[in-house]
Amino acid sequence: MIKRSAEPLLWMVFSAGGVVAALVLPMLLFLFGVAFPLGWIAPPSATHLASVIGHPLTRLTLVVVCTVSLFHAAHRFRYTLYDGLQIKHLNEIIALACYGGAVVGSVASAYLLATF
Amino acid sequence: MAHIAEHYTAYHPRWLRPHISTYWWLRKRSYFAFILREVSSVFVAWSVVYLLLIVYAVGQGAVQYQELLEWSRQPWVVIVNVSSLLLVGFHAVTWFNLAPQALVVRFGHTHLPGSFISLSNYAAWVAVSAIVAWIVIGG
Repeated sequence: MIKRSAEPLLWMVFSAGGVVAALVLPMLLFLFGVAFPLGWIAPPSATHLASVIGHPLTRLTLVVVCTVSLFHAAHRFRYTLYDGLQIKHLNEIIALACYGGAVVGSVASAYLLATF
Repeated sequence: MAHIAEHYTAYHPRWLRPHISTYWWLRKRSYFAFILREVSSVFVAWSVVYLLLIVYAVGQGAVQYQELLEWSRQPWVVIVNVSSLLLVGFHAVTWFNLAPQALVVRFGHTHLPGSFISLSNYAAWVAVSAIVAWIVIGG
């Protein structure tokens, strides 16, 4: 059996997450993080948001957005520590913590949206 | 090759490994921009967590959602979110600018110009942002 490296798959998810995070997250952050809190735009009602999130397509989209964005972040942060701070001797522990965090976050998002 | 092995000694010469400061990325603007782009990953992760907090609050009901809106108005939360918006925006711009390097579309002997690829990425960004805003605010 040929031992295959997980690296190509991780880089692929990193790219997918990079695209998704770039396309979707800025507007969501602008609305929920800046425009609604500062009163620039009136926030939507809970009923409206509940009906939006209640749609299966929204929930599926959100789970995909959360999962690939978290893996993108985990992969990039892993290499920030590796190249930026030159922490090379803790490579395995850092990888485990980064991808482990992404797995926990993805499972949490899937659970939250499946039971919404 | 055998004669090289004859010159082997037990004393290994010292490795030539120049020491690189942990703060190497502060030396140049381009290095700093690189690290800033890498650090955007933390804010991407925070954005997902924040998004899930909103989903959770909405799922709990109108009262919890109002409490979350109140919480999001606290100065430190606004500061974190404004920083996140700036860095996630920086990630988006650098990502779209890099797209032509990663994606080369060929037509026979010619290929699409890089500017076309990055411009189509920006167009997709505008379209997706408009759709997201329209859905969230309520059409």
